[in-house]
Amino acid sequence: MNKLEARNVNVFYGPNQVIKDVSISIKKNTVTAFIGPSGCGKSTFLRLFNRMNDYIDIFKMEGRIEIDGSDIYDKQIRVEELRKQIGMVFQKPNPFPKTIYENVIYGLRIQGIKDKKILDEVVEKSLKQAALWEEVKDKLKNSALALSGGQQQRLCIARTLAVAPTVILMDEPASALDPISSAKVEELIYELKSQYTIVIVTHNMQQAGRVSDTTAFFYMGELVEHDSTKMIFTNPKNERTQNYITGRFG
Amino acid sequence: MSHLDIELQQLKAETIKMWTLVNLQLNKGKESLLNLDKDLAREVILSERRVNAYELKLDRDCENIFALFNPVAVDLRFVLAVLKINNNLERTGDIAEGIAKFVINVDHNFDKQLLELTRAVEMYEAAINMMNETLQAFDQENTAIARKVFQQDELLDDINIKANAVIADYIRNHPECIESALYLLSIIRKLERVGDQAKNVAEEIIFYIEAKVLKHRSIVEKNKK
Repeated sequence: MNKLEARNVNVFYGPNQVIKDVSISIKKNTVTAFIGPSGCGKSTFLRLFNRMNDYIDIFKMEGRIEIDGSDIYDKQIRVEELRKQIGMVFQKPNPFPKTIYENVIYGLRIQGIKDKKILDEVVEKSLKQAALWEEVKDKLKNSALALSGGQQQRLCIARTLAVAPTVILMDEPASALDPISSAKVEELIYELKSQYTIVIVTHNMQQAGRVSDTTAFFYMGELVEHDSTKMIFTNPKNERTQNYITGRFG
Repeated sequence: MSHLDIELQQLKAETIKMWTLVNLQLNKGKESLLNLDKDLAREVILSERRVNAYELKLDRDCENIFALFNPVAVDLRFVLAVLKINNNLERTGDIAEGIAKFVINVDHNFDKQLLELTRAVEMYEAAINMMNETLQAFDQENTAIARKVFQQDELLDDINIKANAVIADYIRNHPECIESALYLLSIIRKLERVGDQAKNVAEEIIFYIEAKVLKHRSIVEKNKK
């Protein structure tokens, strides 16, 4: 069974159709990159998987999105429970104005977990997984806002990991970072793949090539091509994909 | 036109210049062989330096494009193909130089009858034609022309295989011409290698345009579109 599955999905913002009949299957423990020009619908499509678009009044969706075979838009689904399973990392690091420690356990606090031993364990484990532990272990009570941009982004990833999701959605997670921090986030994605299913939206073609197993190219709301990343970057089947990745778009 | 497009166009133009030079070396080599024109043979040897300089330049250009532009898809295949074609052209240049050296070393004209019996001239012309056609295929991005080369290579192989017996027989009957007969056999061997280089180049052209790998495939498979 595929971890994530979209079937004939259409999305409308008011009268505008922004996703057009998209179907895609994403296997467990893989990294999938969504690429495409601005406004092609890739971020909208990514946000369907944790129902982030629900907050937009004029949003309407048709079709079916499944996680582990279950329809996540079913009326029985509790969105809070869904988001424990599906974490999200955004373009701009968005730590809360709290300590590093409090940032990591924020999700657990909301869940009502108070046992300090459990919380301490989760903080260490999550920060280690996010490759940040060594840099912050002696200053867990310091403000998260004092960290560098790259550290803040890895903290946000640690915060996502703390609630033990199975899927991580990333919307341009390294685009606001310097090359070294960006490389660290990429390394992290590579390491996390063994335990999580990751979907990443990126404008950086080389990054998509480096981190992902499969790449999906979106254009004007359509999924033009989804194939192994090696195939997309060496021999794409569709001319529009080739024109986009070689920079000859338009 | 994008910056990368301009770089790729320049790379193509430089490759064509090198190719034209190598083909000219082969042509001059043939003329020098037929007329035992040692001056022309020396010209071939001298032009080898220019071919080598082109080889280094194309290597460097490809390296720069990889490093600075991170080409993908058809652009990546094009630069990879040029990198290998560059190598094939340089070797073809070496072969032309080798033939020219034989022409300089040989004492008297190659016997016309022997040239006819071995089909060496026909082979030389076929080899030159193969290199011209691959150049045309590369310039026009035409894989149909590139595929014609595979068939012609069979002719070169056939002439090469039969040359042993023909030359052995000739030597038995003309022991005074052993040296020139052996030089001619060496030239035939070298021409067979030109055919191989042209075939490799044709494979690279098809790889970059159609994204198909034809190396180590049978001729029937190679000719399938």
